[in-house]
Amino acid sequence: MTTHDDNDTPIITSGAATLSVAGVRGPVFAAPLVEYLLRLGDDRLVLGHRLSEWCGHGPILEEDIALSNMALDLVGQANMFLGLAGEVEGAGRDADALAYFREGVQYRNALLVELPRGDFGFTIMRQFLFDAYSVLFLDALAGCGHAGVAALAAKSLKEDKYHLRHSSEWVVRLGDGTNESRTRAQRSLDGLWRYTGELFEYDVIDEAVATEGVVVDRAALFSRWDSMVREVLQRATLDIPKGVVMASGGRRGRHTEYLGHLLTVMQSVARAHPGATW
Amino acid sequence: MTGDVKALHATSNGVEADNQWSLWEVFTQPGKGAPHEHAGSVHATDAEHALQNARDVYARRGEAVSLWVVPADAIVASAPGDAGPFFDPGNDKAYRHPQFYKVPRGVRVF
Repeated sequence: MTTHDDNDTPIITSGAATLSVAGVRGPVFAAPLVEYLLRLGDDRLVLGHRLSEWCGHGPILEEDIALSNMALDLVGQANMFLGLAGEVEGAGRDADALAYFREGVQYRNALLVELPRGDFGFTIMRQFLFDAYSVLFLDALAGCGHAGVAALAAKSLKEDKYHLRHSSEWVVRLGDGTNESRTRAQRSLDGLWRYTGELFEYDVIDEAVATEGVVVDRAALFSRWDSMVREVLQRATLDIPKGVVMASGGRRGRHTEYLGHLLTVMQSVARAHPGATW
Repeated sequence: MTGDVKALHATSNGVEADNQWSLWEVFTQPGKGAPHEHAGSVHATDAEHALQNARDVYARRGEAVSLWVVPADAIVASAPGDAGPFFDPGNDKAYRHPQFYKVPRGVRVF
């Protein structure tokens, strides 16, 4: 597998290491709702880009198209969430400015989505773990008290439900498949599991946006996710890793080394031709 | 391709076998009440997989409101050799065509 092993703990690439959870709203952080929307947008932008790397490389034509479809869905969602983040920020930055002219330390995506695409089993397993989280999270968010956020969540939810159907089917197929596919699926799950905890972190940003009506019960979210994921992994005959120490940092701009490389590629055209239209 | 490998991919009659997943024919319904029409085919391992692949390949831009997938080998097709006996319209037998009736006014003529 070309991704990572148990030795590559996330590399801290920013000077933000001294920030404690209590100090998470230091001067480098934007208004809470902006931070919150960046998290939503960046998760989808980075994962969408990772999926787009499969374009032309899918295992079969049908799956190549499926992965590219999901990539387009996620980039579209990112466009909406980042667009709203820019509006709320009120500093004249649109979705493009936020996507193409921020550095890695300013990205707020979870570490899970920036890991290299790996083999097909890794991509599908990551997608499944994220889709299950995203469907449940967006479902909760669609009913929250902030009309703008709720509307974007409801719109994205429809797409992510399909993604989940697709990725969970594949997880079962690969896990309960051949020896080779099971081995790869299990290896992917083992490598990815420690990046799932970050999805359910609750910090001062969550606390602050609650006053604006954006409320998602992360504990309830986790228990729903846990049972959903366990049910599918059981059908896939895969073993859930135990005693894993969870990685963290993405929400505070502390990313793995992989994000920088991804951004270099993703941002290169926009930075070479600023303001270009086509 | 060596002879040995080729043998693995060849059927008994020497024709190159399709070593992909099985083939499913896809039918899409463009709108409510419209008939499902043949859109093309996909490869898939089972029915759910075929449905998803059909959705991704033929219905991702809002082309359909409903999808059917059918195992290609469940379709019984007429052979090209049957074309004469099956489809020769018999234009020389005018009595087979209903053109001797007056179509009442108000009836839509196709």
